[in-house]
Amino acid sequence: MLAVEVSHIAKSFADKVVVNDLSFSVAQGEIFGLIGPNGAGKTTTIRMMMDIIKPDSGDVTILGEKLNEATKNRLGYLPEERGLYRKLKVLDSIVYLASLKGMNRHSAEEKADELLNRTGMLPHKAKKIEELSRGMGQIIQFIVSVIHDPELVVLDEPFAGLDPVNTELLKGMLADLRNQGKAIILSTHQMNQVEELCDRVLMINNGENVLYGDLGEIKARYRGNSVLLDFVGELGEVPGATGRRTHKSYTELMLDGKTTPQQVLAHLMGRGTVINRFEVATPSLNEIFLKEVGKKS
Amino acid sequence: MNKTLLIFRHEFRHMIKRKAFIILTLIVPALILIGIGIFQLVSPGGPSVEATAIGYVDEAGGFDQSTSQGYIELVHFDALGDATAALINGGVSEYFVIPSDYLSTGVINRYTLKRQLEAPPAISAAIKNFLTSNMLADKVPPETVDRIEAPLSLVTTRLTETGEVATEQGGYGNVIIPAIFGLLLALSLQASSMYLIEGLGDEKESRLIEVLLSSVSPRQLLTGKVLGLGAAGLVQVAVWLISLPLLLNLASSTIGGFFSTIQLPANFLVLGIIYFILGYLLFAALSAGVGAISPSAREGQPLAMIYAMLVFVPLWFASLLFIFPDSPIWVVLTIFPLTAPVGVMLKLGVTGIADWELATSLSVIVLSIIGALFLSVKAFRVYLLMYGKRPSWGDIIRSLRTG
Repeated sequence: MLAVEVSHIAKSFADKVVVNDLSFSVAQGEIFGLIGPNGAGKTTTIRMMMDIIKPDSGDVTILGEKLNEATKNRLGYLPEERGLYRKLKVLDSIVYLASLKGMNRHSAEEKADELLNRTGMLPHKAKKIEELSRGMGQIIQFIVSVIHDPELVVLDEPFAGLDPVNTELLKGMLADLRNQGKAIILSTHQMNQVEELCDRVLMINNGENVLYGDLGEIKARYRGNSVLLDFVGELGEVPGATGRRTHKSYTELMLDGKTTPQQVLAHLMGRGTVINRFEVATPSLNEIFLKEVGKKS
Repeated sequence: MNKTLLIFRHEFRHMIKRKAFIILTLIVPALILIGIGIFQLVSPGGPSVEATAIGYVDEAGGFDQSTSQGYIELVHFDALGDATAALINGGVSEYFVIPSDYLSTGVINRYTLKRQLEAPPAISAAIKNFLTSNMLADKVPPETVDRIEAPLSLVTTRLTETGEVATEQGGYGNVIIPAIFGLLLALSLQASSMYLIEGLGDEKESRLIEVLLSSVSPRQLLTGKVLGLGAAGLVQVAVWLISLPLLLNLASSTIGGFFSTIQLPANFLVLGIIYFILGYLLFAALSAGVGAISPSAREGQPLAMIYAMLVFVPLWFASLLFIFPDSPIWVVLTIFPLTAPVGVMLKLGVTGIADWELATSLSVIVLSIIGALFLSVKAFRVYLLMYGKRPSWGDIIRSLRTG
């Protein structure tokens, strides 16, 4: 069963098309990246998935059915801009929001203690939300979105405003969730986080599908015919190389259509060249995105 | 547990712990207590009032009888200088002069050390009765003097249509509880409306509303909120109503008289509860709508003040009701849904309310609740996620029409 199936959804606000004919699916046990620049339509897409706003057309299926009260208990959601009851204590906030996901008070308190301990927030559990820093508030909100052991977790810009230590902590917890077979949707404009975490991606711009599929396949598809080299001494003539570009810490060799990177590596090894780095040049997601958006416009 | 119940419980607990709620709940009995205290301090007729001596100089002659007027003792002085000296050394609290031409002019000159807007009514009455008694002494029997001083003590008896004495006799004693209840009801409705808008505004501003809606439906959220705040409002009114008999008892034992005539109009309790609930639902539905179209509590509250003020209108016109109980304005105020909860309570105490009027009032308020709820749920869904921007009235009407 697919965790999410979105079919041809569209949404306009006051004659402005925000999402246009978008379709994608998310499987169990994968981290799915919903990526695009600010204002691309990511949050609107998520709100339609969460049944917070209705699509003008199209269908959304969550965990095999239309979103209903029972399905809502099986999903966790971290919205883009975070907020909790400022006057409420940390533990009370977590327990109340967990109870709205169908948890009883006792198990919610137990699980909250466990997650607070894991995230180093246990000493703050009796504090009011307004006494916490922004990053701490975000961790609490993340706990709220996963405490009820959801099968699908939707995270809208989860790393925004987090310090490097908490970012790593969150990444570790996301990897654990994937390993437990949960489906995770990560919406972000930070392409580097997506490259590090996601299995598949949907890239959108102006509410439209730009790229969709397996991250590895996409990157392979956009792989250029060149290699990146960091070596000691002189490189000399390399058969099959049609040109070279020198960067600060490496040299890029452009290859002709017939020569493979493996042949170049074998040639250099045979010649006894000392090589510190050899990499098949792969464009970053950001470069792929800019290329695709440039093509469309 | 049912999610609506969870929201209800959370909102109720959250509300009764709020400082503003606790202060409002306690301040009403406290104000009544202070009011009783002030009444006792300024009331001249109470049993604790000390005997007062006031002096007079009789230049007209013949004013020497009936010098005891209740707790006021009139002390005769032969000369103006003696009276002034007694006033300055505290022998009398004030004095007056009956000039030689009093009979033809009616002028009495009063002298006092105090700065006053006018003579206290008890002093005026004592001087008037003293003058009347002396002028009529030996001319008419003492009973006639008493009647001239107090010619009318009107005792009204209300009969039923069959000519029997009605169980409910009316009068101010009959209106005091409905009037106080009406005031409390208006305060509670206004406060609850503000709390609801504030709560929704906070949740919208903090984006918490998205987390809530990923767990519950808008209907569950609204119902839980309205009922939770309603229960808190009911607790507030209950505290006021429980403290009211105790306070009135206290007032009755210290102030006496009027408070012993207090009685509850027929059907008051039943109608009081019905109009509290209906009034609450109507204001909550309107507030949910205002909360939905306002990006923050700050912008929603002035909008809510417009209808929250209307609930007080019957109290502004209360004195008009006492003078002109049959005025058509009162029919309007008991039927117009925003003024009906307080209007009906007041009219119930003063003249009672006709069956047709009550039926119309209830029908209109119920229909208004249904209409307001319908529009509010629509607006809630359409404008819930509209942050930082208030839709124009044209936008609102258009979107409500298209749904």
